[in-house]
Amino acid sequence: MTHFLLRRLAGFIATLWVASVLVFAALELLPGTAAQVRLGETASPEAVAALEARLGLDRPAPLRYAEWITGLARGRTALSSSYDTPTAELIAERLQVSLPLAVLAMALTTAMALALGLYAAAHHRRLGDVGVMAASQVGMAVPSFWFAILLILLFSVRLEWFNAGGFPGWTDADSGAVTAASLWEGLLALVLPAASLAVVQAAILARVTRSAVLEVMREDFVRTARAKGVGRGAVLWRHVLRNAMIPVLTVMGLQFANLVAGTVVIENVFVLPGLGRLVFQAIGNRDLVVVRDVVMLLAASVVVINAGVDLLYAVLDPRLRTVGEP
Amino acid sequence: MSSFRQRALRHPSFALGAVLVLLLIGAAALSLAWSPYPPAAIDVPHKLAGPSAAHWLGTDSLGRDIASQILVGSQNSMAVGLIAVGIGMLVGVSLGLLAAARRGWVEALVMRASDFSIAFPALLTAILLAALHGPGLLTATAAIGIFNIPWFARIARAAAHDVWSRDYVLAARAAGKGAWRITRDHVLPNIAAVLIVQATIQFAVAILAEAALSYLGLGTQPPQPSWGRMLSEAQTLMFQAPWLAVWPGLAIALSVLGLNLLGDGLRDLLDPRLARSR
Repeated sequence: MTHFLLRRLAGFIATLWVASVLVFAALELLPGTAAQVRLGETASPEAVAALEARLGLDRPAPLRYAEWITGLARGRTALSSSYDTPTAELIAERLQVSLPLAVLAMALTTAMALALGLYAAAHHRRLGDVGVMAASQVGMAVPSFWFAILLILLFSVRLEWFNAGGFPGWTDADSGAVTAASLWEGLLALVLPAASLAVVQAAILARVTRSAVLEVMREDFVRTARAKGVGRGAVLWRHVLRNAMIPVLTVMGLQFANLVAGTVVIENVFVLPGLGRLVFQAIGNRDLVVVRDVVMLLAASVVVINAGVDLLYAVLDPRLRTVGEP
Repeated sequence: MSSFRQRALRHPSFALGAVLVLLLIGAAALSLAWSPYPPAAIDVPHKLAGPSAAHWLGTDSLGRDIASQILVGSQNSMAVGLIAVGIGMLVGVSLGLLAAARRGWVEALVMRASDFSIAFPALLTAILLAALHGPGLLTATAAIGIFNIPWFARIARAAAHDVWSRDYVLAARAAGKGAWRITRDHVLPNIAAVLIVQATIQFAVAILAEAALSYLGLGTQPPQPSWGRMLSEAQTLMFQAPWLAVWPGLAIALSVLGLNLLGDGLRDLLDPRLARSR
């Protein structure tokens, strides 16, 4: 078990390192330096050189890379050029929107996908199965941002149940304190965005759940359990679902990367002040420090989640702890 | 071959997918020669008109004909899809074949690299590229193409492995054929079907990604019409003209649905073993 954990840890650190080198190198390739970008093309070479010296850009790239990484590790980040605040502060503020949104979307995705997948598998080759599969085919084809716009048209423009966008914050506007009412308001603002992310993701995950469950249901131990008198529902929940979770978790891990990307798009649809809008505005302002740190954070979160999925495999299936490769 | 055609016509998802994909290709081809109006033709007196005989799907905030924009916008989706899948296939399949032929550290390196890049969303690549070179169709297509590479590399390697373990490859090796000639003569022809199926699915992914990037302003730039950008323009007029948001989204969804169904159908038809187990 220790060997397994050590190997996974080494792989995890190596992946993070490669990601950081790639992100750093990508922005190093910039034609002209960050200082040139900030001052514009008409700036005099002296002004550019002065700003470069002030920002420390005249020093060699490996040194700046090392500073960036050690800074990230200690939570000390560079100043954003358009906000003049450390990027860590900006990111922490925006995470208050993006993180709850991602969690809510993933929870909705999982709930919908498991329910639909199990239902379809239990009704294999019958009307319910065909219906779920057809719906998921449509769900996979619908762009999440279009679905978001349709949700706004229905629930905000026509029914007026939700706001068409924006985020009221988690605190009360008058007192600045966190109250039950202010939390509820904040949550309401995230319902439509999370739903538009979840429906598309759940369409894929429901298919995976269905085929994984069908696969397990053919196993001998399921027949044995049924033969010794365990009820259909109990077999599905206790024996089938647990064994079907490996492929489902794999796809959930892969989907997390999509979710991160989807959040960037959906935050722009609903004008939510999250990481997606931050990085997007940073491109507009050519605020490369913010782009670099946000992209690194998003990439790191994908790596962390995938490492977590790897560990969950071992929890779910003890055989994998000794074999190594799932 | 005739039995293949009969099976294909009787396969519901293949048939429906093929019809939708033919519609997409037909729309793109037709728009090269003809569209009801020039897509950029401004006609302010008739702005935000509903569907009518003159403007089948209505007009936008500048009086431009929606049907013409959708028709011409299909060129964009087709072009991005073709180029992005082309990049992914060329580089990815080469890497996959190399990995399967060489094994050892080459294979380990290719597989690690593709595991890593599969987790890196096309959108993040596009954001990095846009921050570097400014937003545009070229950077968007490149980002989607790069995103496609690991998928093709994985599929090609797995399928090629299977071929390499066959007896006829062993026979070819015993006869003195080198890795390169075995790959060209035996491996590639035998994995072509799998690659075609994957290409269909990645094409759908590319259309979705192009639409999302153009919606964000990171893809197609004006005045070239694109489905994604039409949606972002429609969103600003949601209260005055809600129908504007319907047509471009429908065009994207039907194209993607068609490609996905076609891919599923092709997989069933080309590999009957899989069809039975599903």
